[in-house]
Amino acid sequence: MSEIITTKDLCLWYGDNQALKNINLAIPEKSITALIGPSGCGKSTFIKTLNRMNDLIPSVKITGEVNYKGRNIFSKDTDVNELRRDIGMVFQKPNPFPMSIYDNVAYGPRTHGITSRVKLNEIVEQALKDAAIWDEVSDRLKKNALSLSGGQQQRLCIARALAVKPEVLLMDEPTSALDPISTSRIEELILQLKEKYTIIIVTHNMQQAVRISDNTAFFLLGDLVEFGKTEKIFSQPKDKRTEDYITGRFG
Amino acid sequence: MLGLITVGCVLLITIYLIISGLPAIREIGFVKFLFGKRWASTAAEPEYGILPFILTSIYGTAGAIILGVPIGFFTAVYLSKIANKKVRSVIEAAVNLLAGIPSVVYGLVGMLVLVPSIRKIFSVPDGASLLAAIIVLAIMILPNIIKVSITALDAVPEEYEDASLALGATPVETYFKVSVPAAKSGIAAAVVLGVGRAIGEAMAVMMVAGNVANMPSLFESVRFLTTAVASEMAYSSPGSLQRNALFSIALVLYLFIMLINAALNFFLKKDKEK
Ligand SMILES: Nc1ncnc2c1ncn2[C@@H]1O[C@H](COP(=O)(O)OP(=O)(O)OP(=O)(O)O)[C@@H](O)[C@H]1O
Ligand SMILES: [Mg+2]
Repeated sequence: MSEIITTKDLCLWYGDNQALKNINLAIPEKSITALIGPSGCGKSTFIKTLNRMNDLIPSVKITGEVNYKGRNIFSKDTDVNELRRDIGMVFQKPNPFPMSIYDNVAYGPRTHGITSRVKLNEIVEQALKDAAIWDEVSDRLKKNALSLSGGQQQRLCIARALAVKPEVLLMDEPTSALDPISTSRIEELILQLKEKYTIIIVTHNMQQAVRISDNTAFFLLGDLVEFGKTEKIFSQPKDKRTEDYITGRFG
Repeated sequence: MLGLITVGCVLLITIYLIISGLPAIREIGFVKFLFGKRWASTAAEPEYGILPFILTSIYGTAGAIILGVPIGFFTAVYLSKIANKKVRSVIEAAVNLLAGIPSVVYGLVGMLVLVPSIRKIFSVPDGASLLAAIIVLAIMILPNIIKVSITALDAVPEEYEDASLALGATPVETYFKVSVPAAKSGIAAAVVLGVGRAIGEAMAVMMVAGNVANMPSLFESVRFLTTAVASEMAYSSPGSLQRNALFSIALVLYLFIMLINAALNFFLKKDKEK
């Protein structure tokens, strides 16, 4: 399995406050990578660096490299909008646009220039099917997306991200706002998506990391403490701090 | 209790306007009053058609909206989404200042600067015209449109914009395809508020529009509903048909404002439902 994203000595500062310290990480493609660690350790910061959403915060300073398919995403010839098309994102709080279900999913493809009605219908249907929500919404695509339940909204957001045909999907605690049933539906979905996509998921839920991820990265105060096969990390962690965290002794 | 006083005032004004406004309309005739094209209240054979005023008010307001709304709207999008904090606070201070200028000052500046410029640029005999009034009104409604639109745009949750950006949309695409639609009822309220301000304005337009009861045309002197009431009130004798007709004009103006208010409430309510 080849690596789709690698970081080299990645550091990030919010003003004077360093949030990421020399992160070196290689993420294999078509796999699920879980990011764990106590609150404020930099998981969200790291994930938002990968699709350059941190660019939007004026105080952010970044050094080091993030290579996506072998090319540094911070180099001048990287088109940020194209990068974000390739590396999609699902947020912690479901955030569908206040428009119809259809328009939500069609938003990305439309933005990227697809206008054919037939083509859009096809993309929307496929994305909703891939996100395992088609059966629930196929008869009310014109309804406002905000009328869906939280779990449905989150799957719609996944569909919306899939509709632009990304290669990587970043998910920042995608189930933390959801009930257990919705959570397990999304976990199943993520496992299915692994066939076609590379998934990087932040979670505070240890069981979730064990259930779905192939690899796990443990962050602490901006450091990447340990990275490896999930079974390994959870059965025989190399670092004492990892062990303390996963056994619930702090964080 | 204070609410009751307010409601009482509104009721009183409404009843008073209806009672004092209806007699002249009855005497002149509803159709002749509203659709008569000539207003000659002091002629030997007086005529009381207020269509010129109605159309002037509508055209003047529409013109101010056509001119002021795009400028105000784009300014609001720029200030809310693009401008950095410093630029925003400077421009916002200027906008607030603009909102606080009394209308007589707008009229004065319009008279001294705008009217002569229109005369020169378009080489018309008199610069005091509908166009001058439209420009002054557009500037007067700008602060309201900007402020209300900014409030609506600021209230759009950042998550919507993040989601759009994360899909690969550019910031500008995001503002116009996500932020603006999400703020649309607030922006509509801003426009309606502008309409209300423009249609109710008297002093400034009296000073720059020439105040002649012509049918409206861009480069002619015109008279608005508001100015029609204000300019003849002082010398019409109480109880005369002329004075009563002025009350009827006020009633018509009042109905317009009521309509606008209803529209405003509609948009604000729609905003709350979301
Ligand atoms: N926009 C920002 N401006 C300044 N500092 C920030 C910003 N976002 C995050 N930080 C800081 O960076 C550090 C890492 O935050 P981050 O949100 O990445 O943590 P996290 O691991 O995702 O935490 P959580 O589990 O609570 O989501 C924290 O110290 C936080 O205060
Ligand atoms: Mg986080």
